[in-house]
Amino acid sequence: MASQLQLSAVKGAKVLMVGAGGIGCELLKTLALSGFQDIHIIDMDTIEVSNLNRQFLFRQSHVGQSKAKVARDAVLKFRPQINIIPYHANVKDPDFNVDFFKQFNVVLNGLDNLDARRHVNRLCLAANVPLVESGTTGFLGQVTVHVKGRTECYECQPKPAPKTYPVCTITSTPSKFVHCIVWAKDLLFSKLFGDRNQENDLNTRSSDAASSSEPVEDVFERRKDEDIEQYGRRIFDHVFGYNIELALSNEETWKNRNRPRPIYSKDVISDELAQQNGNMDRNFATDDGSSVSAMVPLGMKNPQDIWSLTENSRLFLEALKLFFTKREKEIGNLSFDKDDQLAVEFVTSAANIRAASFGIPLHSLFEAKGIAGNIVHAVATTNAVIAGLIVIEAIKVLQNDVKNYRMTYCLEHPSKKMLLMPVEPFEPNKSCYVCSETPLLLEINTQRSKLKDFVEKIVRAKLGMNFPLIMQGSALLYEVGDDLDEDMVANYAANLEKVLAELPSPVTGGTMLTVEDLQQEFSCNINIKHREEFDEEKEPDGMLLSGWTQPLPAAEKADKSITNGASTSKTPIIPVEPEKDDEIDKVSTGKKRKLSESSEIAEETRNHKQLQLIDDEDDLVMLDGGDSDSYKKNRLQ
Amino acid sequence: MVKSWRQHLLPETGLKLIVSAADQQPNSRCLLSRNKISMISKFSSLRLGMDGEELTEQETALYDRQIRVWGADAQRRLSKARILVYGMKGTVAEFCKNIVLAGVGSLTLVDDRVATEEALSSNFLIPSDEKVYVGKTLAELCCDSLKDFNPMVRVSVEKGNLSSFGVEFFEKFDAVVVSCVSLAAKKLINDKCRKLSKRIAFYTVDCRDSCGEIFVDLQDYRYSKKKLEETVEYRLYYPTFEEAISVPWRLLPRKVSKLYFAMRVIEKFEETEGRNPGEVSIADLPGVLKLKQDLCTVHSLNESHVPDTLLERLVAASTREFPPVCAIVGGILGQEVIKAISGKGEPFKNFFFYDAMDGKGIIEDVSDSNNGR
Repeated sequence: MASQLQLSAVKGAKVLMVGAGGIGCELLKTLALSGFQDIHIIDMDTIEVSNLNRQFLFRQSHVGQSKAKVARDAVLKFRPQINIIPYHANVKDPDFNVDFFKQFNVVLNGLDNLDARRHVNRLCLAANVPLVESGTTGFLGQVTVHVKGRTECYECQPKPAPKTYPVCTITSTPSKFVHCIVWAKDLLFSKLFGDRNQENDLNTRSSDAASSSEPVEDVFERRKDEDIEQYGRRIFDHVFGYNIELALSNEETWKNRNRPRPIYSKDVISDELAQQNGNMDRNFATDDGSSVSAMVPLGMKNPQDIWSLTENSRLFLEALKLFFTKREKEIGNLSFDKDDQLAVEFVTSAANIRAASFGIPLHSLFEAKGIAGNIVHAVATTNAVIAGLIVIEAIKVLQNDVKNYRMTYCLEHPSKKMLLMPVEPFEPNKSCYVCSETPLLLEINTQRSKLKDFVEKIVRAKLGMNFPLIMQGSALLYEVGDDLDEDMVANYAANLEKVLAELPSPVTGGTMLTVEDLQQEFSCNINIKHREEFDEEKEPDGMLLSGWTQPLPAAEKADKSITNGASTSKTPIIPVEPEKDDEIDKVSTGKKRKLSESSEIAEETRNHKQLQLIDDEDDLVMLDGGDSDSYKKNRLQ
Repeated sequence: MVKSWRQHLLPETGLKLIVSAADQQPNSRCLLSRNKISMISKFSSLRLGMDGEELTEQETALYDRQIRVWGADAQRRLSKARILVYGMKGTVAEFCKNIVLAGVGSLTLVDDRVATEEALSSNFLIPSDEKVYVGKTLAELCCDSLKDFNPMVRVSVEKGNLSSFGVEFFEKFDAVVVSCVSLAAKKLINDKCRKLSKRIAFYTVDCRDSCGEIFVDLQDYRYSKKKLEETVEYRLYYPTFEEAISVPWRLLPRKVSKLYFAMRVIEKFEETEGRNPGEVSIADLPGVLKLKQDLCTVHSLNESHVPDTLLERLVAASTREFPPVCAIVGGILGQEVIKAISGKGEPFKNFFFYDAMDGKGIIEDVSDSNNGR
């Protein structure tokens, strides 16, 4: 294996690593040991404590520093003579354009989100540089090879889409703990501590006032003479008591469901306890905003414990109070962050109180944090194995050893005695809109949907473009860039607010739009088909993109997202050919068995294949819908 | 720790194992009667709750992502485990990194050899600065680096020849991992681990060229697995290294990995010729091929099961390791030791092979099915 030929291919190679996290640390080490001499590495992240259990190039003293830079310094300690160039930057920065990618012999991904993976895939296609892609979750992992024209690109196969929930499940009829978390995080937390001007569904279901007349008093606004204790209790009683009572008044909803129980603060916290709540903060809370915790003053120590309804209620009131007393300046600008202790405490307690109301089992702060922060399960061993496999594929790519390219799955339970299972790569998918330039079809209500909706829900969310340019024939409808003059910017801003059919060059049924991303040097055509109505539950976007393999719905739990969903893949999976010296077995066992065994392997791999492992750190759980007028209208009907 | 946990599981409940027909199954797994399982698991978790101290805040923060994989109980058991390793080359360096990061209680390194150019080549634990490494043993150099990876793990060095250590030395450990040792040493150390009343998990690991082999002896091992709604207890009987390699080749599963045979041929060759592990070169190929022929004849095995090309690769590699393979095999080994210590997950029985040429990582059960092992 380590032949002279191989060594020279490795020594002369210039490689780009994207990501210096769990896989990245292992990969950089293995590349250096394997003789690679010229490695560029991009990572926008800084080091956190929870990285240290697997990202072994980092130490406690490095917390807060650039991953790419610290990783470089650590590897130079045992391989000082090699060249490692770190970039503490986002791979989506315009600096990393097609020309930048063209200087490399191979690109190696150790990323944690779908968005960046798609972006790198397109740049590699445009620059015609081979890509070795990887992912891990717990004990599972995979490595795939993508070479333009030879194998499928990263986007040829469906990927699990971020999980979204119908608005009414979140606002009115939660049945799982995750629904309560989404409610607490995306609705309640944002309402109280985030941008108040943003539309928020927190009250739409429970209060008819919102749709009928001018907004009266905003219940979430703290009254002038109101002390923080009173305010907290009022919010508590409003969201867990009053709103539930309102919801209960709609009998239709509860015909086939368990009726929730309204919870008022006085029922769960005696005045005596409330008094204690009020007196403890002075002794415990520090002035350093980031380390404020409500758990500590309440004596709730173990994040693995499942706290009672009363404990959660006290935590809720305490956390809310601490936000207003210790972090008042941030209120109005906060968004949920899994590393913000107080935010996690608030969301955990709010989700648990809501869960109690709806008869859903309560969860520990540790579990709630995992769900709210979409925290990916990760261990060092899987990352080490995957990094080794990446280097093996990278060396084959450098030697242009096409027939030996493999996708490899790292399994938790052996399949056909295999813990590491190699599979031959697929050919490019002929209908892939990314690498085969097949036009897409968009069904949309051209008289109701605005260009803005199209840009957000299709161009950015579905097509993953960052610097889009939209054309109808030769007419420019929209573009993003730094070098636009003011007139154009104003013109495009006006276009965004127009419905498609009323654009300067109207977009109606039968129109074809061309959408390009200048940075990705990627372009695709979309045929428009007008459609009047969309199903609120099934088509929450109010538009439907087809003509390419639809993403699979992600499972509700991160750890299930790789073992769920039906296959939409039509591509047959070809198991790896047995080696030549297996022939003796072929003769002795007969052809029939051989074939059946192969097809079983194919079945196995198909199951794995459909479940791309994506260790997305972000946006796996999000609330969908509710931000477009057309959608609201549909919902009200 | 593993041992004491195991003892809680059965004797004190007064339940007897019901050995089912599973004995005849290839993996000789025995199932406990299912209606008694819930009792057992309740009891054991109670016990764990009682004697397992809570993880500290620092531990919870550091191990957050992996606790999400294997749970807080497993993390507590890991933090009490004591591991011994011998043979500080690339694969063992990878393994050590993995279990130190995972947060075992302690790790003891034995390897008195001094650092050479070759030792540096696949071992990232040794700094390249000559001033640092001259005059220190491999174990000492690796110890210094490993301590840095996780301040919560006690990493230390034991000097001396592992084969000459008495049985009582091994009693201090829960798992023993040896690499780059002779056939005789593997048998000897395995036997010492077996002589003790407590159960010690014994592993050997070796990488040559782009191939790797792991052997494991967990003796009599029980673990539980969730099947649908209920937790099922399984039991695995492991043979020793000597017992495993004594199984006549023709009795092995039909498609057993060719690497298994090739590794045995080279191991035997080194023993007969009085060589140190890996001390072979391409000049030895004719001798190795001759030995292969003899062994195949003795075992009535068709020679095509041990391809000459494979032997040639292994012989030519000598003591050289291929770093990506070290990472892969060291990773799989780390995972297995974590499983065995934490009692979480299904350990493999009893060999693992990886060859970068075909990309397969295969588990082989090499044991004599006739004597219940």
